[in-house]
Amino acid sequence: MTVFFQLAYLVGAVLFILGLRGLSDPKTARGGNLRAALGMGIAIVASLLYPLESSQGNFIWIIAALLIGGLIGWFSSAKVQMTSMPQLVSIFNGLGGGSAMLLSFVEYLNLNKSGSISVNLTSLTILFTLLVGAISFSGSILAYLKLDGKVKDKHVTLPKHQFINIILLIATIATVGFAMFNPSSTSLIIATVVSLIYGFSFVAPIGGADMPVVISLLNSVTGISAATAGFLYNNQIMILGGILVGASGTILTVLMCRAMNRSLVNVLIGGFSATGIAVAGASGQDQGNVQPTQAMDVAILLNYSEKVILVPGYGMAVAQAQKQAKELDEILSKKGIEVYYGIHPVAGRMPGHMNVLLAEVDISYDKLLDLDDCNSNLGDTDIVLVVGANDVVNPSALDDPSSSIYGMPVLEVWRAKKVIVFKRSMKPGYAGIQNPLFFKENTNMLFGDAGASLKNILSELKTLD
Amino acid sequence: MNSITQFLDGNMLSIYLLIFTIFLGFELISKVPSVLHTPLMSGANAISGIVLVGSIFFLRLADPSDTLSLIVGSLAMIMAMINIVGGFAVTNRMLAMFKKKPKQ
Repeated sequence: MTVFFQLAYLVGAVLFILGLRGLSDPKTARGGNLRAALGMGIAIVASLLYPLESSQGNFIWIIAALLIGGLIGWFSSAKVQMTSMPQLVSIFNGLGGGSAMLLSFVEYLNLNKSGSISVNLTSLTILFTLLVGAISFSGSILAYLKLDGKVKDKHVTLPKHQFINIILLIATIATVGFAMFNPSSTSLIIATVVSLIYGFSFVAPIGGADMPVVISLLNSVTGISAATAGFLYNNQIMILGGILVGASGTILTVLMCRAMNRSLVNVLIGGFSATGIAVAGASGQDQGNVQPTQAMDVAILLNYSEKVILVPGYGMAVAQAQKQAKELDEILSKKGIEVYYGIHPVAGRMPGHMNVLLAEVDISYDKLLDLDDCNSNLGDTDIVLVVGANDVVNPSALDDPSSSIYGMPVLEVWRAKKVIVFKRSMKPGYAGIQNPLFFKENTNMLFGDAGASLKNILSELKTLD
Repeated sequence: MNSITQFLDGNMLSIYLLIFTIFLGFELISKVPSVLHTPLMSGANAISGIVLVGSIFFLRLADPSDTLSLIVGSLAMIMAMINIVGGFAVTNRMLAMFKKKPKQ
């Protein structure tokens, strides 16, 4: 009998693989996602019906939990604004890790209660799942709070934070080891709490433009916790599903690091974030004056241009300016002006963030230029509009070895004839680094909310016909 | 030492699965265009909710008089279920936007 259920798991696992393969190509992505979801549905049904000799039922609990979780998941995904997608993805991710943590927590308690716990690979697996799940849980919650603006980097970053993290990591491993060799509910609780603190502290110094890296890394960590939980239940689809997620998260993490030309260790140490401010500040002086401009002047410039590239960043997401960007695109295209978008791989707060925002307002993705395409197009571009991007257009990355972003490939927007930077004020960007772009001769600053500025340009453009 | 060899003995196939899946995962996703980074991440994220299967087995085997196990197990289940349903639904919503192909 059980062989049928094993086969169902196999079908589910194959659907996961087909699903992920589909998700890596735009033409098949939607079907891929649905296939993976179907695989999940099969795995759930198989687990509910799987013949278990000592099954206790408990189906009221199970059905209630499935319904509550399903409804919360459904409504939160249906309601969310596309601009808060990074927050939602991290919170979902944290819940997966938290689930693995809770599960290993009660498994340990029950083994301990029945006195059958001992120093063996089962207890190691349980405690490893607990550790990894807890890190994913508290780390993702902090990532969520940071992305949502509820917590600022400087509020959670302590002096010598990396040193503290190393101590915490050692403490985490020590308490988990203690819980393995001296099983008791107290040592379990201590190990859980310390792991949670470590997860929190591990994400604390990472911020700003490094968020895409940390989000995909946490994603990978959750996958690993699901896979090790799979060993606990000797369940192959859990192992396979978890490892697939672990692998895909790792690949994205590596891609993001490569886009910034930095190593993962460097990102984790937090060279780009709150701790990087002091280093960056030194090179940010004596830049000369900026040249402010007005919506009307920008509108006139745009009216007589032939090729325009818009470079979006996190600020566009905050200002929700993608709708105005689309409108501007339509007006300019009608006038026969070419409009493109320069997308830096780490623009925004999660991998592919800008693509999601631009897709939301239905901007064709053949207008989106990646880093290399954009840079080779900039030479004959009349105007670059930098909307809410900062660090990804910073020339210091190329010519200032003292800058903390030195070596990161950037969009070389200053090679265009004219650069208009949309910015609220002269405050440095999220990474706290001064940007010499603002002081270049061919750069003009358009101060104010990006959405409002675009709106002003739009109304000026309409009067120009 | 003995327990390690025993474990390896009993789980050899699972270990094969683990190693092969790592390679498979890297192969599957090594060339993803940046337009799909977010959907891929959130779709994969939903798959990590597979830990739900573990919580189903846990609850089915839990002693009905052990309230703590029932509550913590259900909580684990709710969390995994949010991850799954929310993850797949939001990925689908995102991909629906990508689908609208532009006409020139």
